[in-house]
Amino acid sequence: MEINREKPSESNKRARNLVLHIHPVLVRKESIRFNLTFGLGGMLAVLFLLQVFTGVLLRFTYVASPDKAYDSILTIQNDIFFGQLIRNMHNWSGILFVLIAFLHLLRTFYTGAFYDKRRWNWIIGVSLMVLVIFQNFTGYLLPWDQLAYWAITVSTSILQYVPVVGERLMEFIRGGENVNASTLLIFYNFHTAILPLTIVILMVFHFWRVRKAGGVVVAEKSSPDMVPSDPDLVLKELVTALVLIAFILVLSMFFNAPLQDRADPAFSPNPAKAPWYFMGVQELLLHFHPFFSAILIPFLFVGGLIWLPFLHFKEKQQGVWFYTRKGEKLVLIAAVVALITIPAGILLSEFVIDVERMLPGIPLIISSGLIPFTAVFVLFALLLYVVRKKMAPGNNEMILFIMSFLMAAYFIFSLTGIFFRGTGMQLMWPWNI
Amino acid sequence: MKTQTEHINRRSFLKRIWAWLGAIAVFEFAVMAFSMLSPGGRKRKRGASSFVTVGYANEIVPGSVIPYKSGQFYLVRYQDGGFIALSLICTHLGCSIGWNSSEDQFICPCHASSFDKFGNVLNPPATRALDTYKVFIEEGLVKVDTSRKIRRTGFQNSDLVYT
Ligand code: FES
Repeated sequence: MEINREKPSESNKRARNLVLHIHPVLVRKESIRFNLTFGLGGMLAVLFLLQVFTGVLLRFTYVASPDKAYDSILTIQNDIFFGQLIRNMHNWSGILFVLIAFLHLLRTFYTGAFYDKRRWNWIIGVSLMVLVIFQNFTGYLLPWDQLAYWAITVSTSILQYVPVVGERLMEFIRGGENVNASTLLIFYNFHTAILPLTIVILMVFHFWRVRKAGGVVVAEKSSPDMVPSDPDLVLKELVTALVLIAFILVLSMFFNAPLQDRADPAFSPNPAKAPWYFMGVQELLLHFHPFFSAILIPFLFVGGLIWLPFLHFKEKQQGVWFYTRKGEKLVLIAAVVALITIPAGILLSEFVIDVERMLPGIPLIISSGLIPFTAVFVLFALLLYVVRKKMAPGNNEMILFIMSFLMAAYFIFSLTGIFFRGTGMQLMWPWNI
Repeated sequence: MKTQTEHINRRSFLKRIWAWLGAIAVFEFAVMAFSMLSPGGRKRKRGASSFVTVGYANEIVPGSVIPYKSGQFYLVRYQDGGFIALSLICTHLGCSIGWNSSEDQFICPCHASSFDKFGNVLNPPATRALDTYKVFIEEGLVKVDTSRKIRRTGFQNSDLVYT
């Protein structure tokens, strides 16, 4: 990129100085290649600022009590100049926040940015991901409409299946037996104070660790050329930020944030669905005992993510998407296999296999939990065995395969939950719902 | 030489006291924060029980299932005259169940669990029978104590209350 470098003005100099708080003077040319990172991390920072900005504005009108919350949302939408637009922006950027955070996690995984120096930053990143989900989740309750009330009821009910302390934990989080005024207050406080503060702190740490690791991950063999971060990097960042903001604005102009009827604790809508990012878990809930689907499996998954950088890797391929040629192939195979087996599994468990019926009298935790879970586990192990035999992957390629398969599976579960489940959570075509 | 080690010892002793004091302060703050986290919840639960008066026992026909949505329960009277108050919250994930009189069962709209008149699970994914509330009959009036839910694994005859 050829940019005319005239003598900078006074204010320009000051702006440059500010940039140097975040960026080094020079960065590697390779590290600012757009399709290495797609600017996802930067987008998240922009989204966070946007959320804070719109969120603070909403706070001026919103009242966190069951009898006033819904009306205050109506006031925001109907009586406040641009109130609806601000709420829409908060809604859409909240959704994008979760989505892009997830893509960012995938990017760091697929470009191998979790070894050695980046190990702790990977863990901070996973924690941030969890916090972002909870940030969104606590906000979900605030409108106090039917959608909010039942989504939170269903999702917090999952906690009761935690062994021993489950019931207590659920009541603690809700501040009572059911979702009530205390729940709203607790969620509001987490949403607007505790979680954003924690996120800010971790975010600063996250940025700092990227710099300590020598910037964004690049391939070892890439060219050592350096370019000035101002303007080469800064310009790219600005363009990405502006495009993102424009996108959210347009989205918010044409699509309103959902608002259903006022919450009615005596009447559940049919179907009552969890927030979209928990939809995959909700789909699992229909096939396995809640302890396995909503507690053990997510726990194992997050645990696996945290464990990942501490595994022993013989070779560390960094800065290259999918590590190797073979890696690329394995990701493709994983996606295709998941695309075939997961829908087949859903259909089988929905219409054919009914372990509870076949083994009456056995506790449900075994018949609809342990037995199907073990069966799936064995099948998965078999798949891994075949892959190992046929492809002879290295251990990081194997992990690549496992992760890709699980991701694709979660993706398909989510799609099924969002688009193919209608009244009474029956499987149906999207156009029949 | 000796005085020096003493000196260091005294200093490290003081340091340790500081550390302990700090730890205690953190603990105190943690306890405080923790108790602040449940606004009024704990106290309300222990407070006086709240009763819902349903009506005269002899006016409720045996075999009827009456929803009391404000009290969050169904009052059921069996053919033999026994009363039971079933919580309307599905034990699977907390949606509110509806009574389907043609099929003679409670059905949950969320994931289609169903329960019989006694609250027993007919169809999973629910794993546990419906919770109940305590029913009293005083001077012919049926009252339900809605302050506390009673968990159970399945129906027992002793769950029923007679006039
Ligand atoms: S909440 Fe009733 S079946 Fe899931």
